[in-house]
Amino acid sequence: MYNFEYKKAGSVAEAASIIGADADAKLVAGGMTYIPTLKQRLAAPTTVVDMNGLGDLAGISVAGDTVTIGAMTRHAAVACSADVAAAIPALADLAGHIGDPQVRNRGTIGGSIANNDPAADYPAGLVGLGATVKTNRREVGADDFFIDMFETALEQDEIVTSVSFPKPVKAAYMKFPNPASRYAITGVFVAQAHDGVRVAVTGAGPCVFRVAAMEAALSSNWSADAVADISVSADGLNEDIHASAEYRAHLITVMAKRAVAKAG
Amino acid sequence: MTEQGIGAAIARREDRRFVTGQGHYTDDINRMGQTYAVFVRSPHAHAIINSISMDAAKGMPGVRDIFIGKDLADGGVGPLICGWAITDVNGEPHKAPPHPALAMGKVRHVGDPVAVVIADTQHQAMDAAAKVDVDYSVLDAAADLATAQGSNVQIHEEAPGNLCYEWEIGDKAAIDAAFDSAAHVTELEFLNNRLVPNAMEPRACVAEYDGGTGDYTLYLTSQNPHVHRLVMSAFNGLAPEHKLRVVAPDVGGGFGSKIFVYAEEVVLTWACRHVGRPIKWTAERSESFVTDAHGRDHVTKAELALDADGLFLAMRVNTMANMGAYLSTFASAVPTYLYATLLAGQYTTGGIYANVKAVFTNTVPVDAYRGAGRPEAAYVVERLVEAAAAETGRDPADLRKRNFVQKDAFPYQTPVVMQYDCGDFHGSMEQALALIGYTGFAGRKEASRADGKLRGIGFSSYIEACGIAPSAAVGSLGAGVGLWESANIRFNPTGNVQLFTGCHSHGQGHETAYAQIVADKLGVPYEQVDVIHGDTARIPFGMGTYGSRSAAVGGSAILKAADKVIEKGKKIAAHCLEASEDDIEFSAGNFTVTGTDKAMNIAEVAFTAYVPHNYPDGVEPGLDETAFYDPLNFSFPAGTHICEVEIDPDTGAVSIEKYAAVDDFGTLINPLIVEGQIHGGIAQGVGQAVLESAVYDGDGQLVSGSYMDYTMPRADDLPHYDVGFNSVPSPLNPLGVKGCGEAGAIAAPAAVMNAVHNALRDMGVNHVEMPATPQRVWEAIQGAQGAAE
Amino acid sequence: MTLTVSMTVNGESVSADVEPRTLLVQMLREHLGLTGTHVGCDTSQCGTCVVHVNGESLKSCTMLAVQAEGADVTTIEGVADGETLHPMQQAFHENHGLQCGFCTPGMIMSSLDLVKNNPDPSEREIREWLEGNLCRCTGYHNIVKSIDAGAKAMRS
Ligand SMILES: Cc1cc2nc3c(=O)[nH]c(=O)nc-3n(C[C@H](O)[C@H](O)[C@H](O)COP(=O)(O)OP(=O)(O)OC[C@H]3O[C@@H](n4cnc5c(N)ncnc54)[C@H](O)[C@@H]3O)c2cc1C
Ligand code: FES
Ligand code: FES
Repeated sequence: MYNFEYKKAGSVAEAASIIGADADAKLVAGGMTYIPTLKQRLAAPTTVVDMNGLGDLAGISVAGDTVTIGAMTRHAAVACSADVAAAIPALADLAGHIGDPQVRNRGTIGGSIANNDPAADYPAGLVGLGATVKTNRREVGADDFFIDMFETALEQDEIVTSVSFPKPVKAAYMKFPNPASRYAITGVFVAQAHDGVRVAVTGAGPCVFRVAAMEAALSSNWSADAVADISVSADGLNEDIHASAEYRAHLITVMAKRAVAKAG
Repeated sequence: MTEQGIGAAIARREDRRFVTGQGHYTDDINRMGQTYAVFVRSPHAHAIINSISMDAAKGMPGVRDIFIGKDLADGGVGPLICGWAITDVNGEPHKAPPHPALAMGKVRHVGDPVAVVIADTQHQAMDAAAKVDVDYSVLDAAADLATAQGSNVQIHEEAPGNLCYEWEIGDKAAIDAAFDSAAHVTELEFLNNRLVPNAMEPRACVAEYDGGTGDYTLYLTSQNPHVHRLVMSAFNGLAPEHKLRVVAPDVGGGFGSKIFVYAEEVVLTWACRHVGRPIKWTAERSESFVTDAHGRDHVTKAELALDADGLFLAMRVNTMANMGAYLSTFASAVPTYLYATLLAGQYTTGGIYANVKAVFTNTVPVDAYRGAGRPEAAYVVERLVEAAAAETGRDPADLRKRNFVQKDAFPYQTPVVMQYDCGDFHGSMEQALALIGYTGFAGRKEASRADGKLRGIGFSSYIEACGIAPSAAVGSLGAGVGLWESANIRFNPTGNVQLFTGCHSHGQGHETAYAQIVADKLGVPYEQVDVIHGDTARIPFGMGTYGSRSAAVGGSAILKAADKVIEKGKKIAAHCLEASEDDIEFSAGNFTVTGTDKAMNIAEVAFTAYVPHNYPDGVEPGLDETAFYDPLNFSFPAGTHICEVEIDPDTGAVSIEKYAAVDDFGTLINPLIVEGQIHGGIAQGVGQAVLESAVYDGDGQLVSGSYMDYTMPRADDLPHYDVGFNSVPSPLNPLGVKGCGEAGAIAAPAAVMNAVHNALRDMGVNHVEMPATPQRVWEAIQGAQGAAE
Repeated sequence: MTLTVSMTVNGESVSADVEPRTLLVQMLREHLGLTGTHVGCDTSQCGTCVVHVNGESLKSCTMLAVQAEGADVTTIEGVADGETLHPMQQAFHENHGLQCGFCTPGMIMSSLDLVKNNPDPSEREIREWLEGNLCRCTGYHNIVKSIDAGAKAMRS
C-alpha cells in the first residue's frame, strides 16, 4: 500500500470539499472494494476520507410506499431489516447474497453503487426497482446513474447520501455467482415496479442494463414461460475464464425465468 | 488398544494452541533488529533483462541493500537444484538448465525474482521495490503445454525444443501386439488440470546470522527442515550443515508446496550476513500464486485393451507433463516414478506401456502437490475403466470386480515395477456400494429427473504408493537422497519422554499420534510423552513429511527406537531384579521376571539409568535411543470412492450430492485424525474436478492469479462425506500402517468426473475436461445437442 | 507520518503509533503482538484475519487501524475464559475441526458471530455462513460439525 493522509469526515459537506479540492483524495465507506485496491497498489490517493463517522448516512426508513436506505447502510443491515423484508423482500434477499458475512458487515450500498462494478448486485436492484439515488447535490434516477463499467453519473465532489426504492407489486432477484469470487456472473432482477415491469441485468455486460423485450413480454404475461424464448444477444457482453459472452447471454434467460418464478 | 494408545480416536493435543491463537507460525516470529525483504519480480513470462537500475531505490528511506543475481553468483551461491535424475529413452540424463535464485540474463516466468530489496520496514521495502527499474526486452512465451515442445520459443539453451526428457516404461512392442488382439479398445484424451497448492499459510522465512559464532538460523515454512539444510549447504553453498540451523515451527499446511527449496529462503540466508541484520520475508497471496510450485498439468492420451470377457489385456499411455520454467526440487520424479508405476491400479492388467515427455514452459515450476503423480495415474486408470464399462455395456462396479487383484493373490507384482503387499479390493468395493446405497441410485436419479436435474454416479477404485521409500530402490531410480526416517526416544530421569522425530507435522497431528505410539509401545502414560519436530538443532537428521510417509516410515522408526529402549531396559531390569536378561519380559510398561511377581516399571528403569548407583557392568548410563528406519517397500493404500452429482442442465452447475469413501489404510493409529485427512484430501480432489484451475493466457500471464479467479473449495461447495474403513494391516512395516494423507486427493477427481460423465451420458455428452465448471458442462450439453440435431 | 490510535482489545486499553496505511491486522500482529489473527490473502477473501469489532465479525485485513479508533476489538486471544476454553473452541478441539490451525482463529471468530445471530443454525446455514472463511486442510466436514456442536454447547 502506498502511504496517504487519513481524514475522518465530520460531515458530508466536509468530505465533499476535500474530494472536490483534490482529485486524488478518495472516499472510503465500507472499504470492501477500496482497501483491497489500495493493498494491491492499484490506487495511490493523497488523502483517504473516511465516511464511517457519518452516522446520519446509515439507516433504513419507510415512508408510504418508499423505502429509503442511507448510503452508509451496511449490506447486512439491509439483509436483516424487517422493514425491507416486509416492503421489498427481493431487496433484502439481494443484499443477503452479496459477498460473505464479513463483507456484508462492512460494505455499504453507497460504496457499492458508486463503485459500479459490472458484477455487483445492487445495480440490478436499483435499476430493477426504478430507484432514485440522492446525493449531496441532486437526485438521479437509477436508469441514469449507472453509466459504464466503474463509471457513474457522480461528479468528482458528489457523494451518494441515500437511495430510495419505490415498493414494487412483486419482485425477485436471481444470481448466478462466479464460482471463485461469488460476484454475479449474471444476476437478473425482475419487478412489477411502480412504473411498470422492469428486468435489470448485472454481471453479464459492462454495466447494468434492462431487457426491453422481456419487460414487454412480462407486461402482458407475467410468467416464466413469457421470457423462456427471449434471448439476449451475446454481442458486447463480458467474457472471462469463467463465462463466455454466449454463456452469459444464455444465463440471462435462465435467471430471468427463475426470477419471475421466484417472484410468484 | 489402550485408551490413548494405537487405535484410539483421541482429540489432538496440538489443538489448544491453535484454537486460542497461540500457534507460532513463521510470520509470527520477530527477531531483534529485523529487516524486511521484498522481491522485485518479472511481470513478463519470457524476457531478456537488459539492465537493472537501483539508484533511485537505494536512496529511499530505510533501504539497507538491494541484491541481484550477479551478487549471489559473485558470492558463490549455487543455483537451485532438482534432486532426482531421470534417465531418458536414450540413456541420457534429463536436461537440467541452471536455475539461479535471482534471475540472470533472462526471466522465464511471471514472478521470476530479479532483485531483492532489504529495508527496515515492510512498507519501506515495498516502496523501494516499486522504484527498482528493470529494463526488459520481451520475448515470445511458450506457456501452453500442448504446443511448447518444439515451438520456436527457446526457454533454455540447454533444452532444445523445450524438452526436459522423454521417458518410457514397459515393452512397447508387446503392448502394441496386445492391442492388436483386443476385442475392445477404449481410448481417451484429456488434461489433468494445473493446480495451485494454496496452503492457507503463505510461505515465509526469517533468516539471521550470528557474527560471533558464525551460525545461521533460518525459520522457514518447511515440511522437511533437514532436506532444506542439506540442499542449502551442499548445493547452494550457503553455510556448512553444522553452521546452519533450520527451524520449521508451526506450519499452516503444505500439501507438497513446502517441501521444495525456493529462491527466497536461499536469498535471505545469504543476505542476512551481508546486511548484518535478521531479514523476514512473507509471501503475499498474489506472490504465492506465481512462486509456489504448482501441481499436476498433464496432457494425456490413454488406451485400454479388453478381451471379449471384459478382462484388461493392456494399457498404453502417452503423457506430456509440464515442468514449468525450471526444474523444481523433485519435479522430474513426479510424472515418472510416482505416476507411471501406478498405472496398474487395482487391476490385473496384462501389460502396460507409458511414454512421458516432460516439457519446459514459461510458467511457474510444477512439482509434487498432494498425491504427486498418483492422482494423475488414478485419473487415467479410473476414467478409462469407467468409459470402458459404458462402452461395453457393463456395470462399472462389476467390470472393476472382474479385473481386481484377488485378495489371495498378494504379494502381487504389477507390470510397472511395484509389488503390492496386501489388500482387499473387493471388500472395499462392496462396503462402498453399501455406504452410497448403490441399489437406491436409480430411484434417486428418477427423483432428480423429476426436479429437472441430471444425476450421475461415479466410481474410483484407486491405489497409491506411500511410505516413500526404500532408499536403495529410489536411489537406483535416480533419487539424490535416501528416504529413511529417524526417531529418538529420550527418557528423562523422572520417567517422562521426549520423542524427537525427523518427520514434520503441518496439520497431520503427529504430536498426538506419535505420542500414542510411544505410549502404546512403552506403556508410558500418553500425557508424559512429548513430541518434538521441526528444528534441526533438536531433532536427529530426518527426511520430513510428504508422500504420506510419516506413519509408515516415521512411525516405524519410533517403534524401532522403542525396541532399543526395551532392549536396554531389560539389561537394567535384569540387573536390578537379579535375574537373567533372557528371563525379563516387557509388557505394558513393566519389566517382569518370567514366572515371578518381581517387576520394575519403565520409569524406575529410566531413573536407574540416570542414577546408576546399582547398575549392570558394561551398560552405558542413560535411556536415550535413536533409530533410523529404512522401509522394505512402499505401502499401498487403496479403496473405492463413489460420488453422486446432480447437474442443472440449464446452467451446467454441478453439485456434489453424496460422497462415500472406503479406504484401506492398514492399521489406524488415530481414526479421528485419519478421517480428517481423508476429508481434506477429498475436498482437494473435488476442487480439482469441478472448481480449481490455474489458467495461463498465451502471453504467459496467470489469469487465475488470485482467489477472485482461482476457485478455492468452500464449505458450501462440498458435501457431507460418508467415510468407512476396510483395513488390511501391511505386513511390511511393524505398525501395519499404509498412509492416508493423499488418498482423498488421489481418488476423488476420477470419482467426481465419472459421476459427471455418467450424468451427462443421457444427454449424449462423452467428454468434459476438469474442472467441470458450469460453463464447460453447459457447453458440452450444447455441443452434444447441436450434434444430435 | 504516524497517528496514535487507541482502542480496547480483549478488554484492555491499548494504543500504538501507526501510519495511516497500517491495517488493523498489522497493528494487532506487529504492534500488539497478537499473532493469533492471521493473513492468508490480499483480496479480502480468506477470512483467516476475522476479528470482532464492536461485536461484529469483520476482516481485519480490510480495515485501517485508524478506523478502529475507540473501538472494542476482540481477537481469538480474547475468547477463552482464562485457561478454560470457550465452548466453541472446545467443540473445534473435540470434533477435530482443525488441522494446521491457520484458518482456525478466523473460523472461530466467524462462527461466534453466526451463533450470535442464529443460535441453532442448520448444516446448510453453517456452510453458507462460511463463504468468507477458507480452509485448505479439513474439507470443512469437521468444521461444520464443530460449529454445530459449539452452537449446541452455547445454547445449553
Ligand atoms: C470478498 C468480497 C466479496 C464481495 N462480493 C460481492 C458480491 O457478491 N456482490 C457485490 O455486489 N459486491 C461484492 N463485494 C463488494 C462489496 O459489496 C463492497 O462493499 C462494495 O462494492 C463497495 O462498498 P464499500 O462500502 O465497501 O465501498 P468502498 O470500498 O469504501 O468504496 C468503493 C468506492 O466507492 C466510493 N464511495 C464509497 N461510498 C461513496 C459514497 N457514499 N458516495 C460516493 N462515492 C462513494 C469510494 O470512494 C470508492 O471509490 C465483495 C467484496 C469483497 C471484499
Ligand atoms: S487476510 Fe484474507 S480475508 Fe483477510
Ligand atoms: S486447518 Fe489448515 S487451513 Fe484450515
